[in-house]
Amino acid sequence: MRLLGIAAGVAAALGCIGLVPIQTASRDEIFEIPKGTWARRMSGDKVEILPDHIRLTLGLRDILVLRNHDDVPQIFGPTLMMPGQSFRLPFERASEYQFACTAHASGQMTIVVEPNPATPWARIAWRVRDMLHPPRWLSR
Amino acid sequence: MRHKLIGQLNSLRRLAAAVALLQVASAAAAGAPALKAGVFEPPRQAPDFSLASSTGHELKISDYRGKVVLLAFGFTSCTEVCPTTLNTFAVARRKLGAAAADVQVVYITVDPHRDVPARLAKYLGSFDPTFVGGTGTEDQLSAVRRNYGISAEKKTIGNDYTYAHSSFTYLIDRTGRIRALMPYGHSPDDYANDLAILLKE
Repeated sequence: MRLLGIAAGVAAALGCIGLVPIQTASRDEIFEIPKGTWARRMSGDKVEILPDHIRLTLGLRDILVLRNHDDVPQIFGPTLMMPGQSFRLPFERASEYQFACTAHASGQMTIVVEPNPATPWARIAWRVRDMLHPPRWLSR
Repeated sequence: MRHKLIGQLNSLRRLAAAVALLQVASAAAAGAPALKAGVFEPPRQAPDFSLASSTGHELKISDYRGKVVLLAFGFTSCTEVCPTTLNTFAVARRKLGAAAADVQVVYITVDPHRDVPARLAKYLGSFDPTFVGGTGTEDQLSAVRRNYGISAEKKTIGNDYTYAHSSFTYLIDRTGRIRALMPYGHSPDDYANDLAILLKE
């Protein structure tokens, strides 16, 4: 009886997670170059900020935002950014986008823009993945 | 008959330009992101350069103040990215109608050995006679690429060579500031949308 209750509770929770539409406070996926990054690199530190694969989702998190807080110009992702400058790139189509990026060993950065999760399972998977997403400061 | 056909074509072009402007207005009214391209904030002044132009004169980006500039990098032997991008520019300009007179496409080669001014002129002219190309010495072009954050890597294929190069396009406003970056693959409609916005400023 108790097991049945637990199973019903889990099913109800999954139903809620899967059926309720996802809303995000912001559609921005932000990557920042902290102040002092250039100096750290010059001293031999391997500082990785942008992964070579970025996953975005249409309608939920589909705007790539890059910010350079360092004191020197930096090649960041596809572009050159001045100190204090930000770059905000929206995506409107689900697809795979390739950018030449000298910061990566492969010379490429791939941005995969996925469609908005339409099924309950897709919404559950998106929520779990979002929950497990490491905060950006961990990758600095 | 021919005059009538030309008149009808002009009417269609004016209609397309009006539709493009209406799309911009409705997008702004709906609070959608204004530009389809990635936007720099704050925008910086486009670094000036002096190269040999496909027109036979000197090419300086500062000469185009007052116009909206699409600045792209590539090479005339490119078989995929460059023809697609340049054709997209040409179609976007046509969509803008008369307003396209204030849009200048500037295409700088990464392959100075093959892309001499005459070759650039012939190649660009096949897309749109108003397009302007720039070339120079390896050192000159390398300096321009560095200032704009452009990558270009020469790759040998048998007796031939090609380049892997940055495929995006910079959108430079009438005051000469780099306002946005359009990644490769966007449609002529996206370019027409952004150009119309920048032209109205």
